Amino acid sequence: MFNRIMVPVDLAHLNALEKSLTVAADLARHYEAALCYVGVTTSQPSAVARTPEEYEQKLRAFAHEHAPDNGHEPTARVYNSHDPVTDLDDILVQAIEDADADLVVMATHLPKHLDAIMPANGSKIAAHTGASVFLVRPDAAE
Amino acid sequence: MANTPEQSPENPTESVGVPAPEGAANLIDTDYQIGQDNYQASPLGVNIDIHGAVFAVSSLVILAFVVLTPALPEQSSAIFDGVKNWINSHMTWFFLLAGNIFVLLCLGLILSPLGRVRIGGANATPDFSRPSWFAMLFAAGMGIGLMFYGVSEPLSHYGTAFGGTSIGDDGVRTDWAPLGAAADDPAGSTRLAMAATIFHWGLHPWAIYAIVALSLSIFAYNKGLPLTVRSIFYPLLGERIWGWPGHLIDILAVFATLFGLATSLGIGAKQAASGLDHLFGLGSGDTMLVLLITGITAIAVISIVAGVDKGVKRLSEINMVLAFLLLMFVVFVGPTLLIATGFIANLGSYLMELPFLANPFGREDANFSQGWTTFYWAWWISWSPFVGMFIARVSRGRSVREFLVSVLLIPSIVSVFWMTAFGSTAIKQLQDGFEGAVNAELQLQLFMMLGELPLADITSFIGIVLVIVFFVTSSDSGSLVIDTITAGGKIDAPKPQRVFWGVIEGAIAIALLLGGGLEALQAAAVSAGLPFTLVLLVGCFAIIMGLLSEPRPAKS
Repeated sequence: MFNRIMVPVDLAHLNALEKSLTVAADLARHYEAALCYVGVTTSQPSAVARTPEEYEQKLRAFAHEHAPDNGHEPTARVYNSHDPVTDLDDILVQAIEDADADLVVMATHLPKHLDAIMPANGSKIAAHTGASVFLVRPDAAE
Repeated sequence: MANTPEQSPENPTESVGVPAPEGAANLIDTDYQIGQDNYQASPLGVNIDIHGAVFAVSSLVILAFVVLTPALPEQSSAIFDGVKNWINSHMTWFFLLAGNIFVLLCLGLILSPLGRVRIGGANATPDFSRPSWFAMLFAAGMGIGLMFYGVSEPLSHYGTAFGGTSIGDDGVRTDWAPLGAAADDPAGSTRLAMAATIFHWGLHPWAIYAIVALSLSIFAYNKGLPLTVRSIFYPLLGERIWGWPGHLIDILAVFATLFGLATSLGIGAKQAASGLDHLFGLGSGDTMLVLLITGITAIAVISIVAGVDKGVKRLSEINMVLAFLLLMFVVFVGPTLLIATGFIANLGSYLMELPFLANPFGREDANFSQGWTTFYWAWWISWSPFVGMFIARVSRGRSVREFLVSVLLIPSIVSVFWMTAFGSTAIKQLQDGFEGAVNAELQLQLFMMLGELPLADITSFIGIVLVIVFFVTSSDSGSLVIDTITAGGKIDAPKPQRVFWGVIEGAIAIALLLGGGLEALQAAAVSAGLPFTLVLLVGCFAIIMGLLSEPRPAKS
């Protein structure tokens, strides 16, 4: 049903991603699909990496560790942004096209009032792509 | 999920610490992680991610300032005047001397082998195309000031130089003429007026920006430290920059930026209000100013939310086109031949008079060197953390030489051209007997000059639009920069924080205008600029230390 599953990854907030990573790996095993981890970094040093090259190395290592054992080695794609806070949606839409993904699995937060003025990334991406989008919410207890 | 790549590397080159990216750069070995001292929370559903100490101290002091200044207008203007006068009369030599050091260092670096070092490492490629890069440099760097002073400054210097010198009872000169003036000599006065104006808008301001931008770029892109002002103190303070010495440096940078910005925003609002009043008779009182600043701040907030690429970059490009059209209009409709020959002549007068205008010691033209030059230098310096950081943010991938030529020489030449076009035209009008501009208030002089040319309503309107859009780009990029500093160098902090700073900038401009007018704005810029001059001098040292430890690509 799905051949390529894209998973946006923020290496600075891995705890928040745990559930979505598990979901993505389970789906990849179930559908025999390949995983593609996508990260967005900046030219400026950040908490995760001090250069864009370092970020790419870290994401590759991450992808290698998070292989679903279904025979498909996950790929990693890094996008560089001047302003990731605002560009994220556009970059992810572009990444879906570049990776030729037919399913996106991404973590999202619980709905809140501020979404009216600053919508969550997941809903905006679903509105701008033909791929299926699976938004994984945190557990209610969190 | 216990295994993050930091903890269990597959490959030794990806281990904790820093990999060497292909002979690129020489990263500083530090255990500090960007954002490690940050406070993260989501009160009321709004995500925040701030550096506790820097954000708390700077925002509380600024909020107190915004409330107290309009509440106690008499006391605050007395304080502003006192501070400004003291700095002007005692510290002029310091500002002038520091300015000269910055220019000489930049020129030296262009010529030296250190100019071959590439920002971001030997293999880095530029993030922005040259035209958008240049548009952002220019819009951030001067913008509103060129609109405000393009006509008024040459006219002021022409008037004072033509009037000659006068000595007061105490033996001190009371006139405002630059250097020795040129009494009753129209050609000499023009020469002196243009040289003095270009001096204030030429190499020195751009060298100030270049020093901040270059030192920040090297320590962020080549050394891997956070993009915040404390990083340039690393060669001097080492790991102590992560503690209170570093917090204080960043807080100082926030103050300098906010007051420098507020000065420009206040000046811009005054000019836009007078322009609108001139065209449409809307009045330019306090109510109008407050409405205008509020409205423009609202537009700025929209641009902030839109981000760098869709907001400030696009607006800067629009403004470059509009400014270019206005410039070409003045060149071709105004005295074309005079401007063309004036460009070379003014450049010549500038270079000839430069050593005297820039001399920090034994100046006889106290009013000019203290009232004009010192104010400008302090203003540029208080702007510099903001412009410098913004330039740094968009300049990765350029070599040091290319960077300095583009940040120092090209903008200086554009300034010469701009000042020649607007200044020479206005001076010519005055010499031909039109006294409308020279007798008008400073903020109206641009519109009076345009009024003597055809299509005055259209060009004046474009002038107002330019002022407003420059206001928006300054406020937008300023908010980005302050947000980065107060988030401990994170450039991906949540958006509501940027909006907060955008609103604060408008509020400071209103508070200062209501609390003491233009005088208050200038005093605030000057007082914020003085301590930051010391930061810049350290920046010079840091640039040299930083560049010396970088690999230099062989000559190609």
